[in-house]
Amino acid sequence: MSALTDLSLAEMKAGLDARQFSAVELAQAHLDAMAANRHLNAYIVETPELALTQAKAVDDGARGGPLAGIPLGIKDLFAVEGVQTTAGSNILKGFVPRYESSVTANLLRDGAVFLGKLNMDEFAMGSSNETSAFGRVISPWKAKGSDAELVPGGSSGGSAAAVSARLCAGATGTDTGGSIRQPAAFVGIAGIKPTYGRASRWGTIAFASSLDQAGPMARTVTDCALMLTSMCGFDAKDSTSLDIPVPDYAAGLTGSMKGKRVGIPAEYRLDGMDPEIAALWDQGIAWLKAEGAEIVSVSLPHTKYALPTYYIVAPAEASSNLARYDGVRYGNRVTPAGGNVHDMYAATRAAGFGKEVKRRIMIGTYVLSAGFYDAYYTQAQKVRALIARDFEAAFEKCDVLLTPTAPSPAFAFGAKADPLAMYLNDVFTVPASLAGLPAMSVPAGLSASGLPLGLQIIGRPLDEMGVLDAGLAIERAAGFSARP
Amino acid sequence: MSVDSQTVRKIARLARIAVTDDEVPGLVEQLNGILGWVEQLGEVDTKGVEPMASVMPGNMRWREDVVTDGGIQDKVLANAPDAASGFFAVPKVIE
Repeated sequence: MSALTDLSLAEMKAGLDARQFSAVELAQAHLDAMAANRHLNAYIVETPELALTQAKAVDDGARGGPLAGIPLGIKDLFAVEGVQTTAGSNILKGFVPRYESSVTANLLRDGAVFLGKLNMDEFAMGSSNETSAFGRVISPWKAKGSDAELVPGGSSGGSAAAVSARLCAGATGTDTGGSIRQPAAFVGIAGIKPTYGRASRWGTIAFASSLDQAGPMARTVTDCALMLTSMCGFDAKDSTSLDIPVPDYAAGLTGSMKGKRVGIPAEYRLDGMDPEIAALWDQGIAWLKAEGAEIVSVSLPHTKYALPTYYIVAPAEASSNLARYDGVRYGNRVTPAGGNVHDMYAATRAAGFGKEVKRRIMIGTYVLSAGFYDAYYTQAQKVRALIARDFEAAFEKCDVLLTPTAPSPAFAFGAKADPLAMYLNDVFTVPASLAGLPAMSVPAGLSASGLPLGLQIIGRPLDEMGVLDAGLAIERAAGFSARP
Repeated sequence: MSVDSQTVRKIARLARIAVTDDEVPGLVEQLNGILGWVEQLGEVDTKGVEPMASVMPGNMRWREDVVTDGGIQDKVLANAPDAASGFFAVPKVIE
């Protein structure tokens, strides 16, 4: 039955509809693949009993919907009722939510089957999956002629590794500064972050609330479209949720670029850009042109300030959001002998958070502190407004933007030990996050070393359809069929 | 602007994160590395620019002022590290 795991999500849906195989058989094929690939450390928790019960209910006709019987992996940032949810952190080890996140509730409403919780960088802070308290996730990919283990990207690294290694049909991810798009690029799959407000944040553990967005990661653009429609939708429980109808993205998908204008932002062509990345970008431009698109040069003048803006705004919000982990209401507690409640807070947080999380909380605490707030935080929010204006001006001249997703293919563990070097990996993904725009990564080719490379499409607010169409055009032209 | 070991200890105290003496020098270096890098934002002319409050402009929604949740004390306390008599329990606060 292992061949079942090779089908795309859309093919699984068609096979289930035609009764070529049962939902239980499909779930079991994935559970077997998961058991055979535990060395990747993609799943923190496997939920075989839950998956088989959900699948059987589909086979019995008790559950239905657009994703009936589709086996999914869930990033460990989403609360799933009755299943340990930790955000990859020690401080939440053993936390079992008594509620369901809105995104996973939507997927369950539509008949999906949950295989387990996927590993991730702690509190989604990382670009390599090296910060998880449950150990690093290993990419199923290796460079040609090398046996070195590579990072799957981050923070949705477990999601990326699992989808790429055929350990689920698709996975949920979350993207704060590139955490869906960069890992998707590193493992040769597709992933889309919708417009800020499309997917409810309720029940998704918060990192930086003005940036966090959930989205799907899957092996094809069509599969992403199918999941995206299910995941998105208005939710009164999230005050920033958009009360706007969600299109049926898969039904509307054409891949047509005729009459579309594709913007190429000059500032993304960095000095010293990896020639392979530059060549792939040029290839993408040629593909879209051949599909009938008009290519226009645009300028996003504040691009170089996006990363430093992000590394003020995101830690500031994180320091506030993560204040809730105080050892009182949930999570783990450490009380020093004879210590009072303040000693308990400090010891609990010292023991519960990893190095990168502590670093970001402290940066956030500093930039929000009296005397520094205006110089750092207010200035960053002003520059953020300028970055958003840059995109608005660019979208007067074009319909979508095409850029590389990441400045390099996947790297080795420990290769970016300096926090700043790690942060720079998000150079192409962070600007769209700051502006709240929909953006996706599509696999577009292999590096000379045989590793996947992705191209990014950024769209206007609420134009996920335009992003997916350009993604499908790239997918068809690239014909990416490599697998780990 | 750069931070010294005294400032790092103060930030850690504000953030309620216990740090050991051994950790302080490394944190001073890392935080200064990051702060030195983000300081380039100071060169951007932001005169007359309103700080962004929300990426998707819109009015906050209103709803009826009614109770929509509650009566789930057991669920709320289910993950508490220490609960007693239907309350969260913490080390003694008042001497």
